[in-house]
Amino acid sequence: MAGFDPLNPWRRLLALPNETRMKTLFVAFAVSAVCALLVSGATVLLRPIQTANRAAEAQARIEALVRGIPGMAPILELSGGTLSTVVIDLEDGAAAEGVTPATLDEALSEPSNWTALDRGADLAGLGRRPDYAQIYLLREGEDVSLVLLPVSGAGYNGRIDAVLALRGDMNTIAGMAVTQHSETPGLGARIEEPAWLAEFPGTETRGLDGNLRFSVARGDASSAYEVDGITGATRTSNAVTQMIRFWLGPEGYGPLLAAIRRGEF
Amino acid sequence: MTARTPLWPILTDPLLRQNPVTLQILGICSALAVTTSLATAITMCVSLTVVVTLAAGLISTIRRHIPDSIRLIVQIVIIASLVIVIDQVLQAYFAEISRTLSIFVALITTNCLVLGRTESFARHNAPLPAMTDAFGNGLGYSLILVIIGGLRELFGQGQLLGRQVLPLAEEGGWFTPLSLMLLAPSAFFMLGGLVWAIRSIRPEQAEVPEHMPPRAEPAE
Repeated sequence: MAGFDPLNPWRRLLALPNETRMKTLFVAFAVSAVCALLVSGATVLLRPIQTANRAAEAQARIEALVRGIPGMAPILELSGGTLSTVVIDLEDGAAAEGVTPATLDEALSEPSNWTALDRGADLAGLGRRPDYAQIYLLREGEDVSLVLLPVSGAGYNGRIDAVLALRGDMNTIAGMAVTQHSETPGLGARIEEPAWLAEFPGTETRGLDGNLRFSVARGDASSAYEVDGITGATRTSNAVTQMIRFWLGPEGYGPLLAAIRRGEF
Repeated sequence: MTARTPLWPILTDPLLRQNPVTLQILGICSALAVTTSLATAITMCVSLTVVVTLAAGLISTIRRHIPDSIRLIVQIVIIASLVIVIDQVLQAYFAEISRTLSIFVALITTNCLVLGRTESFARHNAPLPAMTDAFGNGLGYSLILVIIGGLRELFGQGQLLGRQVLPLAEEGGWFTPLSLMLLAPSAFFMLGGLVWAIRSIRPEQAEVPEHMPPRAEPAE
């Protein structure tokens, strides 16, 4: 057989009896290669559309959150119906210099704009925290009457993203919306149900001594600092507690909230 | 191999005579979970039909080269990849519905119906009859899901595809929604009812009882 035929080895391979080791390995390899290509192709091609969907959904939830807070509609109308968007520097608790909402994504793609968290401070299980965050403010005259703070933390199955709304006293929760999560359907996933989120408005976060006391209770809430727990989802409930405590604490929005309370913002 | 398989009976058999849900009682889990509204039921049906048809086509194309020792793994890998692709497409273009279906799209992989068709039919038949058979089974599954989904949405919320059909009592009409219809057990009842109805019309589908009840045994 002197004639060179590039298809020959391929044909020979296909002609092998199915049960030989060579053929078995070949089929297994070929099938996985084709499937891997198919799956990664679909994921890569469709990711931009999915990201846009998720962003639109997060925006819609923020709007629904603001609309759902009692007494907010008139204030919204007074301020022209829009929230002002500010990028803040978490460490200083003041508006960030040189970073705008448009350039935030770019700034956050720089590893130098992230701060690693040590174990003791890392309540939310994030590992590291961005130095800048985009928040939404609503002013009544000069005073801040509502602030929307994006928060995130490690849940039971993955990251939980949420938006927490605080009233002008920077202590009382005005509302909460979960924008993204991957908790267990039917159990932890109930954190995104309006019925549970309706527990948040009116809950206080700090005691009279200024310490954070907010928590998701085990069972029913028994104080002004608690919301009802979710049965069967203790880990998710704890994750929400830790997430909110972290972000309202000194490593999170603490400096910003203090500045707003002093009237410096 | 048979010389020429007529396609029409292959397509129509699984609709009633060999329905995968009511006769073979396959795919029940998803049938219970996604039928709270017609829209989710239809999306699930379309996804499953596409997956089962494509999987049957692919597996039937390479059927002569699948070693018996790894055939189940090869089939599951192909089915799982198709399911992931469908899931991604749904997440991209039907984000709202994809959220309601949550994990059930991903669970098509483990739907016995899909593996059942590829293992029992696609592996021994040419691509065209295999895809016809799979498509027919997908339609059979869809038929039952659409019936159950339609009834549950109609009686549970007075709506069909999100449009109010029966005027609600709360809004001055006469219809009080049956909230039981929105819970999984109602789907079980309806499925049972359907199986009973189909088997009364077609008694040949009824299974021979495996055990006689104890009282029927002759007492001496």
